[in-house]
Amino acid sequence: MRLAFILGEIGSGLRRNLSMVVSVILVTFVSLTFVGAAGLLQMQINQMKGYWYDKVQVAIFLCNETSTAPGCAAGSVTPEQKNNLEKLLASPAVKQYINDFQFESKEEAYGHFKEQFSNSPIVDSVTPDQLPASFRLSMKDPEKYQIISETFSSQPGVESVTDQRKLLERLFSWMNTASLAAVGIAAVMIVCAVLLIATTIRLSAFSRRRETGIMRLVGASKMVIQLPFIMEGVIAAVAGALLASVTLWLVAHFWLGETLSRQIPDTPFISGAQALIIAPLLIALGGGLAGMSSLLTLRRYLKV
Amino acid sequence: MIRFENVTKVYDQNARPALDSVSLEIERGEFTFLVGASGSGKSTFLRLVLREDRATSGTVYVAGQNVAKISSWRVPRLRRGIGVVFQDFRLLPQKNVFANVAFAMQVIGKSRSVIRETVPEILKTVGLEGKERRMPHELSGGEQQRVAIARAVVNRPGILLADEPTGNLDPITSMGIMGVLDKINQNGTTVVMATHDDDIVNEMRKRVVELKNGVVIRDEAQALYTSMIPVVGQSRRLKDASGAEIRRAESKLTEPRNENPREGGQR
Repeated sequence: MRLAFILGEIGSGLRRNLSMVVSVILVTFVSLTFVGAAGLLQMQINQMKGYWYDKVQVAIFLCNETSTAPGCAAGSVTPEQKNNLEKLLASPAVKQYINDFQFESKEEAYGHFKEQFSNSPIVDSVTPDQLPASFRLSMKDPEKYQIISETFSSQPGVESVTDQRKLLERLFSWMNTASLAAVGIAAVMIVCAVLLIATTIRLSAFSRRRETGIMRLVGASKMVIQLPFIMEGVIAAVAGALLASVTLWLVAHFWLGETLSRQIPDTPFISGAQALIIAPLLIALGGGLAGMSSLLTLRRYLKV
Repeated sequence: MIRFENVTKVYDQNARPALDSVSLEIERGEFTFLVGASGSGKSTFLRLVLREDRATSGTVYVAGQNVAKISSWRVPRLRRGIGVVFQDFRLLPQKNVFANVAFAMQVIGKSRSVIRETVPEILKTVGLEGKERRMPHELSGGEQQRVAIARAVVNRPGILLADEPTGNLDPITSMGIMGVLDKINQNGTTVVMATHDDDIVNEMRKRVVELKNGVVIRDEAQALYTSMIPVVGQSRRLKDASGAEIRRAESKLTEPRNENPREGGQR
């Protein structure tokens, strides 16, 4: 009975205050979309970093059958060449610049590739043979990349030496700036949303002061009096969060997944499913903020 | 049922207190009129009983409980034991008679079947049979006040506080309302009614507590609105005043004040 009563009160509150509720929904929708966009950008950065990004700085790719680099004219790298390279890496001349190195075989490379490009159609057309084996070096000082590059580029069996971080870092710094901007806009919008929720609840409490006055006099508990108002704010904010989640999913699924990943097939993109990971966070954030601001407003404007 | 011990309520430090060291006891099942000019402290008295306000000093006991010691989340339970009626009825305009009365039961979680059983019963008690589906604006003032009374007593409170319930009504309608309040009192509910209406007080011949500037200046059983006409009044007033004094002294002797509110409640 009491639950039915509270639900009825929530319903009538939402109906009476419809225009304010709609504005709360829209403001939370926009603010949480920006929060979610920042989240998606960070997820995209992680996706692009792939398996090796945080572990190494420099990759020495070895020749395979399909290599076209001039150093690979003799065909695939031989075990002898590979041993020589390993010896060179362990020699004092090189060792002083690197912390550690690891060998990645073709099969391992294929495994990591599949993981990183799991959302991209490219994964079906690649076989382990097409991927080069490599040495992955962890540098003591990333600035010394040039020395490593000069030492190894001309070695037999080496296709190329690349500093993967350099290539990605520019892009990442741009994406980080974009996500910071998104967070900044989101912060302003969230402040708006919180204030708007507070105003809405205040109006709602004022327009129903007769009811709440009577409820108080006949001994309704604090929860029965306040819950409909709090739920009003929370429901509106959660509706906004749901809209934001759907929007982010649409962007990830159709724009990143269907359009961009076709146009730029060699870049791994996040999938719609991954974008949905953000949804519960947005809903919790929206609901939590609305609940808090409603509660604080009621403490000031609704005597119990 | 209600006991004030040296209760003082100060709203504004610079003004005189709204209630000044008031001591008073209202027994279970009593019908008491609270009379006095505007600003004499009647409303403050009622607010303190409801714990809308707390006494600045002194102690208020309601149903044996020291209301100052009730934690805020238990105040609703205190208020369930008290019904309140106002001069301006305070009905919900968009709900019909039945829904207005049922509202008081819904908000404290009574089941639908109990509500369907109790509300018609209570509407019969206040004389509103067959008007369940009317909206408040379709009722006369007297009928609206009856709805408000029904709402106040539908949860069977031990105490009914009425703050000038007949203030907006004509004399004949007022007498009808008094009949309803009297009937509720006969059923065992303690009724405290603040009023300006001398006709009603004189007609009912119940206990009268008169406040002036926050002080109890008269407390008589079966009394009139004013203590008699001035000419005869001189002697009568002395007698009444002394009578009240004796009454209070007796109560001190036979019922020693106890610090323990539980014991107070058993009276």
